[in-house]
Amino acid sequence: MIKSALYSIKQAFKQMFRNKGMTFASIFAITAMMLILSLFLFLSVNVEYLTETVKNQFGTIEVFLLDETSKDQAENMIVSFKEMDGVEDAVYVSKEQAMEEFKIRWGDNAYLLNGLTENPLPNAIRITLSDLNSGDIIARFCATVQGVEDVRFYRDEVGKVVRISNIIQRGALVVIAFLVIISIVVVSNTIKLTVMARENEITIMKYIGATNWFIRGPMFFEGIIIGLISAAVSVGLSSLIYVRLCKVLGDQAFRLFSTQLVMPQFLITNIVWIFLALGISIGACGSIISMRRYLKA
Amino acid sequence: MIDFKHVTKEYGDTVALEDATIHIDQGDFVFLVGPTGAGKSTFIKLISKELEPDSGEIIVAGKELSKMSNREIPIHRRDIGMVFQDFKLLDNKTVFENVAFAMEIVHCSRRTINRQVPQMLSVMGIEDKANNFPQELSAGEQQRVAIARAIINNPRILIADEPTGNLDPDTAWEIMELINTINRRGTTVVMVTHAKDIVNRMGKRVVAIDRGRIVRDNRGGEYGYDD
Repeated sequence: MIKSALYSIKQAFKQMFRNKGMTFASIFAITAMMLILSLFLFLSVNVEYLTETVKNQFGTIEVFLLDETSKDQAENMIVSFKEMDGVEDAVYVSKEQAMEEFKIRWGDNAYLLNGLTENPLPNAIRITLSDLNSGDIIARFCATVQGVEDVRFYRDEVGKVVRISNIIQRGALVVIAFLVIISIVVVSNTIKLTVMARENEITIMKYIGATNWFIRGPMFFEGIIIGLISAAVSVGLSSLIYVRLCKVLGDQAFRLFSTQLVMPQFLITNIVWIFLALGISIGACGSIISMRRYLKA
Repeated sequence: MIDFKHVTKEYGDTVALEDATIHIDQGDFVFLVGPTGAGKSTFIKLISKELEPDSGEIIVAGKELSKMSNREIPIHRRDIGMVFQDFKLLDNKTVFENVAFAMEIVHCSRRTINRQVPQMLSVMGIEDKANNFPQELSAGEQQRVAIARAIINNPRILIADEPTGNLDPDTAWEIMELINTINRRGTTVVMVTHAKDIVNRMGKRVVAIDRGRIVRDNRGGEYGYDD
């Protein structure tokens, strides 16, 4: 068993080396597909991450308090807010804290805020929602409480972001499915060409009494090896691309959405496994499918 | 060794073999003659189970072919050495590799292969061509490689489909002498041929097939008709 597997692997390498052109073409085709795939994967993962962040950020109600409202009154409000359905948490945010957060968000431009002689921000209570849908009722109730100046709840904005991200996600999914199908077709075609070039060899093998697995074995491993190489190359390339992308677009993204892109390390470790599995299965399936016709007794 | 009992094989409307009954003993040497399209190829394809008969029973080397599972077909074919008119050698493998290939299929060890292949090549008289590729060989030499490959695993039956068809008369005779030697070692030989001189000179059993029927079967027979 092990002996014949070793024989198959050895033959696979020999064949790949003898048919260098075909091997290169297959690897190139699969790698190209996987690269495009990875770009859509990056897009999809980042959009997902972004939406989550936006949901968390805007899944809050900001209750701005009048300046004359005391801290004690605020604490009372917090107790009553926390009792409401759909409220996960409520915290007091002093105007000083709010200013600090502002400065962080403004980043390099924070020095502009230093020019202010007096903090114009109000004290606030920040309510985190456990259920976005009950946000409206809570927001309306908060507005009626005494000592409250204004209530801000970005329900519509959140809804829009979620809708847009859903569209992008679905689009990416369609494109990814499409690419996987295309790459399987391309691979099985490439292997079909190899098999056709070796039809003579297969016929002879069958005459001599080779079992189907003896014939299939080397091509099976050939498919797997080609898949593995392609996966390795495309993971390497796409990692490079993503790391660069993060460098170039990271700051922009932060400024626009006040969130970072998904960490390259995290994404790449995941992509390694996905692509290895994908490469192996594309190669193995491709070779099995395209050989089937020739192996009927 | 080979038994056909009332075997019929049809392709659509054409009858390739009709009610054929024949018994071939172990060690027999049989020439299969007849016009093109008479059913000779069908006959040998039925032996190697490349084709299934429509009716009748075929027993080869003690095994009834219709009861054989797909899994057993490769094992069955290892009992049969095949030689073809167009040699069917692998062009991208050397002479040595072409012969060794047949042994790799039955999982022989490297050592056995390295010992037996040169021996076989020298029996065939082509030991000096071991590292050449088939394209660099003459037609006669290529057929010797093919025969070496066919018998290296000691099959009990050798089937030759017009083995001399592409050879000049002298080379054809050398090949026939080789096949005769193989037969004398005990291998059953079934040879399809159109070579009248060879059949007449060898004086072996001759089976004539015409329009799917076995029309003649006699020992020490002659080719018997003009093409």
